[in-house]
Amino acid sequence: MGPHRVPALVDVNVAVERGSFVAVMGPSGSGKSTFMNVLGCLDRPDAGRYWLDGEEVSGLDPDALAEVRNRKIGFVFQSFNLMSRATAQANVELPMVYAGLDRAARAARATEALAAVGLAERAHHRPTQLSGGQQQRVAIARALVNRPALLLADEPTGALDTRTTREIMALFQQLNRSGITIVLVTHEPDVARYAGRVLSFLDGKVVEDRVQAAQESVP
Amino acid sequence: MNVLDAIGTALDALRANPLRTSLTMLGIVIGVAAVIAMVAVGSGARNQVLQQIASLGTNLLLVGQGSVARGGVRLGAGTAASLTEDDAVAIIAEIPEAEIAAPYVRWGLQVVAGNQNWNTTLFGVTPDYLDARTWTVAAGRSISEQDVAQNNKVILLGHTVVEKLFGGGDPVGQTVRLLSTPVTVIGVLAAKGQNSSGQDMDDVVFVPLSTAKRNIPGMAKANPRFIHAMAVKVREGFDVPEAQRQIKDLLRQRHRLTDGQDDDFWMRDLSEVAATRDASSRALSFLLAAVAAVSLLVGGIGIMNIMLVSVTERTREIGLRLAVGAKRRDILMQFLIESTTLSVIGAGVGVLLGAGVAMVVARAAGWPVLISLDAVILSVSVSGVVGVFFGLYPARRASQLNPIEALRHE
Repeated sequence: MGPHRVPALVDVNVAVERGSFVAVMGPSGSGKSTFMNVLGCLDRPDAGRYWLDGEEVSGLDPDALAEVRNRKIGFVFQSFNLMSRATAQANVELPMVYAGLDRAARAARATEALAAVGLAERAHHRPTQLSGGQQQRVAIARALVNRPALLLADEPTGALDTRTTREIMALFQQLNRSGITIVLVTHEPDVARYAGRVLSFLDGKVVEDRVQAAQESVP
Repeated sequence: MNVLDAIGTALDALRANPLRTSLTMLGIVIGVAAVIAMVAVGSGARNQVLQQIASLGTNLLLVGQGSVARGGVRLGAGTAASLTEDDAVAIIAEIPEAEIAAPYVRWGLQVVAGNQNWNTTLFGVTPDYLDARTWTVAAGRSISEQDVAQNNKVILLGHTVVEKLFGGGDPVGQTVRLLSTPVTVIGVLAAKGQNSSGQDMDDVVFVPLSTAKRNIPGMAKANPRFIHAMAVKVREGFDVPEAQRQIKDLLRQRHRLTDGQDDDFWMRDLSEVAATRDASSRALSFLLAAVAAVSLLVGGIGIMNIMLVSVTERTREIGLRLAVGAKRRDILMQFLIESTTLSVIGAGVGVLLGAGVAMVVARAAGWPVLISLDAVILSVSVSGVVGVFFGLYPARRASQLNPIEALRHE
């Protein structure tokens, strides 16, 4: 904290309904990253409150937040963040290792999650043996494997080409239709079009909150 | 995260960079190998020394007659015929610490067998003496109380004497002559080899004390109870210097020596010489232990260094682990287990290497290989502690990372 405290978010009041698909947009420095970090329980708000899945989490200590992240949140990153020396299956198993599941249960659920993202055949490949789209699918499987209440995707298509972007967005829509709540950060309007609601940030404030008819994905 | 998962993760991480892992282990490997090898070599050397002490007889004092100073002139040892068999009897009767007091006479003479002769040292002894000096019989029988009581003309030959007179043949039952006296060989002594000053301990012959004094020409003295010396064995667990002091007091009293007079006898603690050597081999062990400790310290610093590098390199992985639900404790454990695994595997390799070196040295020196289980357990657990200690700082650093910044780390 420097002498000048600059609030990253001001008067942000957002409710994300269970089962919705929200896109978060805004230029860099607009506060959308801070918003996502708070949503993801990676950061605690200095003031204000945050309820996740009916539970207030804004006052929890780091270890309690780690447990909330483990049980209730799945992360998908722009750069995939897969462990390069581990197989797809081992990568997907990682959150369950911290949830304390035994080997057999982890293997079963990882297989299930990889099948759900269409990568059942690639369970024993390493990230370097997979294409960018496949790597992001592994990351999505990892995010889903603890059956989270919220899936947070930070520029998930930023490193992908147009065709693969379409495939990944179709996957997100499919997951959303099966009941998973998704919040996705993007700066591409094309990507935001797949969501049912768009939040636009500027200078730490929500400047637009628009409900739209999501574009139908063409698989 | 359970311990098995953590160990699996640590092994994966170490396998990721085999060259770096093995170079990091090298310090620990060398340290532990040094400990194992030096303990093995050191205990081999000590074993040698202890065998020498045992061959002299343990807790043994020799008390001999002689050395009287008159008018400032110290006469040679043995000039005053003062020590008697009665002194030995008195020591046993009055000093509880003394288990055996075995009187003996000794002098050099020639032994003749057929056309062979050999100059050796003759001891006139009682069976107690053989016990005290741990002499055993390799063939035939030993000298008995009866032999002493009846002054039987029997003789026990040392290994070297048998070699010289009989060329290794069986002498038991044969007759040899001591000067003009014929005696029957009743047994051969088990070989003892050289003593700590390099003398051949097997170049001796033993006859009963009474036989030596009465039947061997040149031994007759004014006092038929006279002896040259006695071997006093101190009971196991009693203090040898204390026994020595009591014997001195007793003998001075019996010999009626006033306060101003010198002792008319000498005393020697036989284990002292060997104990000195034992002490020097201990000193060597301590020196090597210090070298090993320094090596383990350097190895530990190497581990800390590489763990710090590893934490920096894997910042994003740590960020990811934190994001998917790892607690600070989990990250701390992961890196601690990694550094401990490094040091313990290094210790395992070091044990094998040290054992190999010890075997080579033992073979070259002709010692038994003595790889001590204690040293193995100690060095492996010390390495474990080194791993934990030097891993703690890097692991703490890893666990204190902010997940947001760690995920953004390039």
